[in-house]
Amino acid sequence: MWKWDYVIELLPALLQAFGVTLGATLAGFALSIIIGLLFAVGARSPIVPVRLTVRAVVDFIRSTPLLVQLFFLYFSLPMLTPFAMSAFATGVIGLGLHYGTYMSEVFRSGIEAVPRGQWEAATALHLSKRKTWFSVILPQALPPVIPMMGNYLIVIFKETPTLSAITVVELLLTAKSEASITYRVFEPYSIVGLLFLITSLLFSLGIRYFEKRYFGGHIADGGGKR
Amino acid sequence: MNLPWLESLPLLVDGLLITVQVAVLSSVVALALAAAAGLARTSRYAAIRGLAGTYVEIFRACSLLVLLFWVYFALPFLGIELSKVTAAVLAIGLNIGAYGAEIVRSSLKAIPEGQHEAGIALNLSPNERMLRIILPQAVARMLPPFGNLLIELLKSTSLVYFITLSDLTYEAMVIRNNYYTWTPHIFGSLLIIYFLLSSCIFITFRLLERKLTAWR
Repeated sequence: MWKWDYVIELLPALLQAFGVTLGATLAGFALSIIIGLLFAVGARSPIVPVRLTVRAVVDFIRSTPLLVQLFFLYFSLPMLTPFAMSAFATGVIGLGLHYGTYMSEVFRSGIEAVPRGQWEAATALHLSKRKTWFSVILPQALPPVIPMMGNYLIVIFKETPTLSAITVVELLLTAKSEASITYRVFEPYSIVGLLFLITSLLFSLGIRYFEKRYFGGHIADGGGKR
Repeated sequence: MNLPWLESLPLLVDGLLITVQVAVLSSVVALALAAAAGLARTSRYAAIRGLAGTYVEIFRACSLLVLLFWVYFALPFLGIELSKVTAAVLAIGLNIGAYGAEIVRSSLKAIPEGQHEAGIALNLSPNERMLRIILPQAVARMLPPFGNLLIELLKSTSLVYFITLSDLTYEAMVIRNNYYTWTPHIFGSLLIIYFLLSSCIFITFRLLERKLTAWR
């Protein structure tokens, strides 16, 4: 049933693809943090049209599937705009945009936890908008939400196989093409499943350790996916 | 405006029906698993707690798309052959159910100890305490996160495209092949359809929440 020599034959290709998966995860995570911050700050803008637009965009992106967003970005954007991006770049942008909306919720909770007095003190000290955000609010808002950000790192990692739909040659697509040569799908798909399982369990152990070490283990005890 | 691809609208309607079917069936599986595993995690017996905990940890750590591939393509090698719809419902239900179990557990945990004690003081049986005191309060807490979770579930039904189950996303791809130049239109419309479906779930849960928290 389970052929070990086939497994050994598969491993080099799969491990190489695992690198692509990790690359897409980290790039998508980094982009989602930047986009999430922009959304979180934009959703608090004093200019009403900006605030409403940002909230509507965040709502729309969160309510639609990543897969369809990837199709839209990969197949439609080159027809609508003069830009054509590689599959990998499109995938990273898709992940960044989609999880940027989730990340903005994380940042929102961090920003709302900063006491009102901090805003008032910044106003009293006549700090500029920029200074208020970068020197007063964000340095206090961000550290407590690091474990929650870590949870989204895992979510993004688990979501990378979706990128295979736009031909990013990551783990799942590699397993699929290996299986199409030999017609044996059991080993490749099982290995991919185990790789995802083990990596995300290790990630979450790491986050729990980090949380206990630095936060006393009570901050990111959220249950749901959001 | 002339939109030739709208001639294929019946295909999209067929896809919509499949999407709704998969979403409804997998919600039933997910809710059942969530209730069972969530309650089991508060059990007095360590073995039951452990079993439920293992289920939650494993299926939350698993990538849904990989699970779907495994259930549909790899299980037949073990002699278990499932139809596309069954495989999709099973994979999505198992995955979302694990997230739901955490919602159930944390909502039950959030009910103050005093409510249990008051139930005991009033000489209510354990079943009465659970059904008439604890659950009504816990369910009210569960509703908003469950609404979000069902939107996640709806979004994840688009993954059945990968096992060529002809849902909304799959049919949109078929239509795109026939009306290539209309690609942005087709995917734009597809995004709007999913948004409307998510909004239906959102509104339903808002109304439910208002109804079930009327006693507050």
